[in-house]
Amino acid sequence: MSKQIQVSGLDAYYGSHKAIEDVSMTIEPRSITAFIGPSGCGKSTFLRTLNRMHEVIPGARVEGKVLLDGEDLYGSTVEPVSVRRSIGMVFQRPNPFPTMSIYENVAAGLRLNGRVSKSESDGIVEDSLKGANLWNEVKDRLNKPGAGLSGGQQQRLCIARAIAVRPQVLLMDEPCSALDPISTLAIEDLMVKLKDEYTIVIVTHNMQQAARVSDRTAFFNLDGQGKPGKVVEMDETSRMFTNPSQKATEDYITGRFG
Amino acid sequence: MTTDVRTRGGGPATRRSASRRSHGEAPFRFAATGAGILLLVIMAAIAVFLISEAVPALRANKGSFFTDLTWEPNGSQVFGIAALAFGTVLSSAIALVIATPVAMGVALFISHYAPRRMAGPLGYLVDLLAAVPSVVYGLWGVTFLVPLLKKPSEWLNAHFGWFPLFAGEGAIGGKTMLAGGVVLAIMILPIIAAISREVFLQTPRMNEEAALALGATRWEMIRMAVLPFGRPGVVSAAMLGLGRAMGETIAVALIFPATFDISFEILTPHGNSIAANIANGFGEATPIGRGALIASGLVLFVITLLVNMGARMIINRRKEYARSGA
Amino acid sequence: MTTVQHISAGRRVKDRLAQGLVYLAFALAVVPLVSVLWLVIKNGLARFDVEFLTHSMRNIGARDAGGGAYHAIIGTLEQVLLASLISVPIGLLTAIYLTEYGNGGRLSRAISFFVDVMTGVPSVVTGLFVLAFWILFLGMPFSGLAGALALSILMMPTVVRSAEEMLRLVPNDLREASYALGVAKWRTIVKVVLPTAFTGIVTGVMLAVARVAGETAPLLLTVFFTDSINNDPFSGPQMGLPLYVFDQAGRPNDTAIDRAWTGALTLILIVMLLNLVARLIAWWRSPARGR
Repeated sequence: MSKQIQVSGLDAYYGSHKAIEDVSMTIEPRSITAFIGPSGCGKSTFLRTLNRMHEVIPGARVEGKVLLDGEDLYGSTVEPVSVRRSIGMVFQRPNPFPTMSIYENVAAGLRLNGRVSKSESDGIVEDSLKGANLWNEVKDRLNKPGAGLSGGQQQRLCIARAIAVRPQVLLMDEPCSALDPISTLAIEDLMVKLKDEYTIVIVTHNMQQAARVSDRTAFFNLDGQGKPGKVVEMDETSRMFTNPSQKATEDYITGRFG
Repeated sequence: MTTDVRTRGGGPATRRSASRRSHGEAPFRFAATGAGILLLVIMAAIAVFLISEAVPALRANKGSFFTDLTWEPNGSQVFGIAALAFGTVLSSAIALVIATPVAMGVALFISHYAPRRMAGPLGYLVDLLAAVPSVVYGLWGVTFLVPLLKKPSEWLNAHFGWFPLFAGEGAIGGKTMLAGGVVLAIMILPIIAAISREVFLQTPRMNEEAALALGATRWEMIRMAVLPFGRPGVVSAAMLGLGRAMGETIAVALIFPATFDISFEILTPHGNSIAANIANGFGEATPIGRGALIASGLVLFVITLLVNMGARMIINRRKEYARSGA
Repeated sequence: MTTVQHISAGRRVKDRLAQGLVYLAFALAVVPLVSVLWLVIKNGLARFDVEFLTHSMRNIGARDAGGGAYHAIIGTLEQVLLASLISVPIGLLTAIYLTEYGNGGRLSRAISFFVDVMTGVPSVVTGLFVLAFWILFLGMPFSGLAGALALSILMMPTVVRSAEEMLRLVPNDLREASYALGVAKWRTIVKVVLPTAFTGIVTGVMLAVARVAGETAPLLLTVFFTDSINNDPFSGPQMGLPLYVFDQAGRPNDTAIDRAWTGALTLILIVMLLNLVARLIAWWRSPARGR
């Protein structure tokens, strides 16, 4: 169920402002790809173009191509709703539905696609929570509100919610930035485990995190304030962090700016 | 001295250097506090004086105030509020049943469907409904709506006459509970829509995005994130609307035929309410009659007070919840 | 087979249906507004003439055409002005108490709660209160002032809420800058806070005025009726424009109904004008426009 993403010549706009320009890359299945770069360089924007969440913001639009195993996600017959169904997303701040229980949160996406029997739904909820390394902590209180969990648990709940609909790709937008180090570690372990089944793309501010978990890394940068963000280089993570080909990448990684 | 707590509230008046110039501080503070307390006093005074002026009439009442249907305080001095209270409740209930779903649709339209640029002006258009004076709705109701409802009422009666609300023989349509209820619905729609719109707009963006990222359509996103979040707000908005419908006077005074009976037939010429009866009966009221009207007003005051307090409590609790969640 | 599954027809239909219903609800809400305004303009223009605006109903027989609402317009203007003179100082001071002195204590929370509850007091009840207290208990006559008292109770909560909102928008830096200069708190409020919030407060007051200008029920019980001009709001029965419409609408002949429509048109013009001016002031001074 893991799929490859090919992006070519992609521009993204907020109204008349061009946020990213001419991004092309290939994201491999069953691997973790990390996006790094200074604030405002468009890496989160780019991530959101991959499942057509970018256009949810009024005035935002995209030009270019995103192919999921060859099918253009921006093709005229493709609905954004079904794209998002195939490409799951985890956000910067944990965002479980405040009025729903833990169980209902995980099952929220399932119920969209018609009736699911109670036993089937129970099974998927359990699998998803296990997949998100959360089952043991919550199995006795599935009917309690999801908002009652700790920040790290909430974020894993959101991951469980995202994988419950069996997406082909999992996008993560700085999933650990609101979490403490121990919760961060738990999420990182989880990512490494999930890459056996999913194509994972993660935006992160934390270079150690990118170095720890990712297989490939893309470095985003912009030429100056108000200029669009671009991909400076993309390579195997190990090579990127030891021997980057671009000066800007090296400066950023060694902490000289950003 | 609790300086650190008070610096923001107490200002520099507590400081020695400024105290010379602050001789106006005490009177000003006193006036501000006094004005606030005056509001509480007015609320209490409303209750006190309505009671004190109602008591003589209630003493003179030869009937039972809470159960009698008749309202003859001027002549036989027999009066009861049962029919009026029933009319108030039934007409407000009709108004609420009609207005709440429409108001929620309007609120969703402004908050989640209308193009952004248009949302503001379109919302203002709905707010304008609240700016039309009650007496104008009454005039519109009597001359335009009442004749307009004649045909649909006859149709409802002919096809759904088995349903108690639509039952009735003889004259169908005219000055009915339905006409009054529809006018009340139009009048309370803006307030329900405005409050619902506010709570829908407060739905956390991240919850809406979570729903969309799961592959929800716009409607599914609304059901998943917006409606559950807004439910307490909508409930209290409906309660505020209910309070307003029950207290609404002039429009229904013009529309209701001022009957004194308890009838569930909303398509036949029946209808009255506490407020409408006050407006219609005041002109020719004797001292006892005035006292009786004041007594009925007291009942209205208490009912609307309870409804409003309930609604406000729900809103306030929700505010605290929203704040702690943020 | 495509990689991305289409959504099911059922979900698509439901989404479309919901959208249709939401649009329909909005249309349903606008229809009565358009209908009311259209009928008021159409029927009101027939008698919207100089005589209507300059004459009273004195010596106009039950079936006569002619006559006007001058006495009612004068009455409404005076009553609303008096009501504002009473409610604005009280409302403004209460708002100052809530924002500047209350500190979220028990008293300020109680006042704040009852201000909200007060917005829900039916207008007919405020009329009954003035009747019970002012006229029956104190033995005062029916007059424009009595009507103004009832209207002022209706205005107070609206004034408090809008003024409070505006005062809270004044940045704390401004207050602190003034304190730092050694200015006393009350002078800071009068010289710095109130002027900053001034236009916002004016907008709120005008909206409150617009709201009570159309109230009929409280007037009915407090100013009584008259067909003659009474310029003195402190003695004798007065008329008010909403009361005039109610009175004429309740009469059986067409000439009276015509006058009722024209009265309604005049009333709506006054109320809408107040509303519009208030919104214009708010828009004019809104921070978004300054940028």
